[in-house]
This record gives sequence, C-alpha cells and structure tokens, in this order.
Amino acid sequence: MELVFKRPECLKDVPFHFCPGCHHGIVHRLVAEAIDHFKIREKTIGVASVGCSVFMYDYFNIDVLEAPHGRASAVASGVKRAKKDAIVFTIQGDGDLGAIGIAEGIHTANRGENITLIFANNGIYGMTGGQMAPTTLLGQKTTTSPYGRDFTYDGYPIRMAEMMATLEGSAFVARVAVNNPSHLMKAKKAVRKAFQMQIEGMGFSFVEVLMSCPTNWGLPSLEANRRVEEEMIPYFPLGILKERKMADYL
Amino acid sequence: MDQDSEKILVRGNEAVAMGAIDAGCRLFFGYPITPQNEIPEYLSKHLPPLGGEFIQAESEIASINLLLGASATGARAMTSSSSPGISLMQEGISYMAGSELPVVIVNISRSGPGLGGISASQGDYFQATRGGGHGDYRTLVLAPSTVQEMYDLTYLAFDLADKYRNPTIVLGDALIGQMKEPLLRRKPEKMTLPQKDWALTGAKGRKPNRIKSLYLQEGELTEHNWKLYQKYERMKKEEIRFEMVHTDDAEFILVAFGSMARVSKTALELARNEKMKVGLFRPITLFPYPEKPLYDLSKQAKKFLTVELNTGQMVEDVRLSVHREAEVFFYGKPPGALPPPEEILEEIKKYYG
Repeated sequence: MELVFKRPECLKDVPFHFCPGCHHGIVHRLVAEAIDHFKIREKTIGVASVGCSVFMYDYFNIDVLEAPHGRASAVASGVKRAKKDAIVFTIQGDGDLGAIGIAEGIHTANRGENITLIFANNGIYGMTGGQMAPTTLLGQKTTTSPYGRDFTYDGYPIRMAEMMATLEGSAFVARVAVNNPSHLMKAKKAVRKAFQMQIEGMGFSFVEVLMSCPTNWGLPSLEANRRVEEEMIPYFPLGILKERKMADYL
Repeated sequence: MDQDSEKILVRGNEAVAMGAIDAGCRLFFGYPITPQNEIPEYLSKHLPPLGGEFIQAESEIASINLLLGASATGARAMTSSSSPGISLMQEGISYMAGSELPVVIVNISRSGPGLGGISASQGDYFQATRGGGHGDYRTLVLAPSTVQEMYDLTYLAFDLADKYRNPTIVLGDALIGQMKEPLLRRKPEKMTLPQKDWALTGAKGRKPNRIKSLYLQEGELTEHNWKLYQKYERMKKEEIRFEMVHTDDAEFILVAFGSMARVSKTALELARNEKMKVGLFRPITLFPYPEKPLYDLSKQAKKFLTVELNTGQMVEDVRLSVHREAEVFFYGKPPGALPPPEEILEEIKKYYG
C-alpha cells in the first residue's frame, strides 16, 4: 500500500507542547515539509526565537541555535555569513520581530541577508500570558489592554509584511494564513517558495503567517479560526507582496 | 627579532585587528564608536580580501547577536566597541556565556557613566570582571598594557575562548588604543583551528546539535550553572597571567593594570632613584584575577598601593587577595587627566615610611 501522508523526516516523533488549536504546530510542519521537499535537512540550521517558538529544537530534526529575545534575525544573519552553504531560517513571533527586534528584522531584510524569516503573527504575547503585541488589533482586549487597544494610547497594529516589502533587500514577501484548507495550501506554497528563494541565492525571504492563539484570545479553536478570517485578514490582507524574479544587485 | 615576525609601527587599535586576523578570525561585526574605530576600519579593508565577512551592523545589539550566530558555526569571530556600546552588548554576552560560545569582544574603553567622554578610563573594570550582564557567569578578561600586548592578547583571546567555550574580553582603553608603538607581528602561518564537534554545521551523518541557554526541566539549570562554575574554577587554576617588576626585594607594591601600569612603572623608577624599595604587580588577566601570586607577595611586602583610572574598583580584588596583615591603599583618578608619575610618587611617599 502506498504511504501518502506521513510525518516529515525533518520533524522528530514527539508531541508538540502547543495549546490545542494553536497554529504553531502547523507552521512547524509547513517549514519541515519545505525542508524535506528540497532535501536540505542536513544543511539547514534553525534559529529559535524567544516566545512559544523557542522549543523549535525539541521538534526539528536539525541543528538549532537559540537567540535572545528579538535578535533572531541578527543571529540567523551571523550563522549565514559564517556558513554560506547552510540554509538558515528562523520563526519569530510578533513581539519578537514587531517590537523588541524590529531594528534587527528591518536591517536584516535591508542587507538582503539570504535567509528565510517566518513571522508568526497571532497579535498577542503568547508565552508570557496574553499581553498586547505590536500587531494586536484596535479594540482587542489583552491582559495589558484591558479596555481594548486604543490608538490614542497604544498606536496602531504594525503591518510587518508591507514594511518588509518596501526594502530593496527583500526578495520575497508574502502574508498567508492557515485557518482553513484553502489558505493552508497557499501558505504551504509560500513557505516553500521562501526556501527556494534562499536556495537560489535571491536574498531575504519573508512569510508572515496569521495565526490563532485560542488560549490567550479566550476563544475555542474553531472560533479562533473564524476570528483570523473575520478580524485579522481584513486588517492584514493576504497575498504575495513582492517576488524578485532574478538576483539583482542595484 | 626572530625571523617568524616582522617589526612595524602601529596604533594599538590596529594591533588588535592584526592580532585577530593572525589568529584566524575572519568575521567581524561592529558599530562605530570612538575611540575604537580603527579596528572596524582596518578589518573592513582587510577581511574581504581574505574571504572574510565584515558587517557594520545597525547597533551594538545587532553586532553581538551576529557574533553569537557566527560563533555557533564554530568560526572564529569578533566584535569591538567602547564602553557605552559594550553596555548594550551585555545581554548577548550573557547569552553566549550561558550557551558556551567562544567569542572575542574587545572593549577600547572610554569614560562614563552615560555618554561620559572619549578619554581613557578604567571605569569598566567591574563590568568586565563581574560578568557584566544578568546571571551568574564570568568572562575571561585580558588587560593589555602595550601595543604589543594589544596584538598578543587579542591573539591569545581566541585560543582561550576556544579552550573554554567562553566569551573572552580584551579590555584596553583610549590611551593604548590610540598610541603608536613598535609591534612584532607574526609571519602568516598555516593554522589548524580546533575541532568543534558541538558547532552547528548541519546535522549531516550525526545527531542534531543544539546551542541554547534555556533550561526549564527540574535540576537542569542548577546542573548547568555548576558546570559553568567548574569551568571558571579551571580558568583560575590554569590561566592566571601577571607581570612583576622589581618585586624581589620590594617592601612596597604598586598594583596597576593596563595604561595605569605604564605610568606606575615610571613612578616605580622615580621611587627606586630615591632608594625606596618599591615593586610593581601588574595583573594581565583581570578574570581570573591573580589572587595567589598577590597573596604570596603580601607575605613579603606589607604595603600595597593600587593605582587606577577610576575611583576604586580593582582595589577590591587586591584587598580580597592579600594577606590580612597587609595594608592596601588606593590612588585613583576619575576620567579626565592622566596622573603624572610624580603624583604617584607623592602617594608612595605618603604611605612608604
């Protein structure tokens, strides 16, 4: 009998610690599938950021380095500069990339570092217990915006993908979601494309994934999936924002 | 002069850069700050032709994290900065101590606190020798006193970092960084750098390697901290370095490091001219601190004058090291003017009799 669906070689046979309904596991799987697809497991180095994504090394069957909070893209750049034949990726959350590490993220993109950054945007600080993130939507209640995010106090949710796309150094920028099968298939393609860009030496590739956090949103999993559709996607539109066709050096 | 080296006249900061290149460092990440700019400037010119990488990062925070990433692959890599920039790097240094990554960090220190000034100061002694960032860790600290030592100790720093898998700091200052002296530079040699089976190179034909500092399972972090402690204890046994001048018959000892050791050496000569039995003890490793040799010396000499370009930092280590019957005095100057040797001579006379 032909085996048509199995765990990617790149993932270890251990259960994820993520909360029920969290999309992190799906994102890990998409990355693992891309690595398997290109048969690059043995030369891929992952950089774990601080947040729920930090336990990457427990799940991926690859070399992994842990970065300080917000610094994952700088750390990943250092890995890549020292080991140019490696494939280097990181998964950064919205607090990690959109707040404390925004400078490192932007300059990594701007230098055109040939790495892949998966941006896990669930609009909240998950690991620390549901505080307001730079991508928290207006009106959204969190443990540090108990009256709902108010732009007069807290400013606006940051659109990272749009910002990354403006930089000359970025080669591929996309925003995807994984809240239903149709979005998931597009997300899978985008993640694969991002790794392909790196393999081809095109420069910085960036995929923002809109994710749910049922625990900290206080919603059942299915309702959390609906919230991604009804509240997040209208503010963070999906699509490929930028795709460089050939490696160019301006 | 032996045939394996050439004699050149260079600035202290250039000597650091040359020492790094000769030690096999091919990656440098940094951010401009006075008075260390000659280091990145030299390396931005000389690393690319050697197949190396130079990145002028957007901040010292990015620099130290680029360094973290590069060193995790097993490559020899370095950053340099000056006091305020080194403060910004402390988070990364703590992570690298926790993750046991061998890197070299050069601090051509200036004066503080805050923006302070660009003149020489030894105000970063505590920061360098007490870990500097959060957590219970130490970095190896080397304190050059000459341009030659800027070169030699930078070179050595890479070997020590690799030996202990630990961040190593070269603590110079504006004075030694900016002045020119003759330097004997090693002729280029074919090097074999140490094998690093822990490095991240891609999990080919082996189990995946992981480098991290997060330990949440019960007992794990305790065990990790004890392991680090054992390493620091081993450094104390094996890496103590110091210089003693005219200590054989000395009854009075000057203790100074780096640029202040130079001034103290002249003061010592002035005192000897006046028939005072003065010696100099110069720690070269600030961590591990040469406690034992200083203790041994205090069985012979009973008076110690610590001279520093600050208001009293290393003097605490001198007090902790010497025999309880020895007296420890302090002469320090906050940033600004360097004390002339005559001023130190006056201090010697105050306590000598």
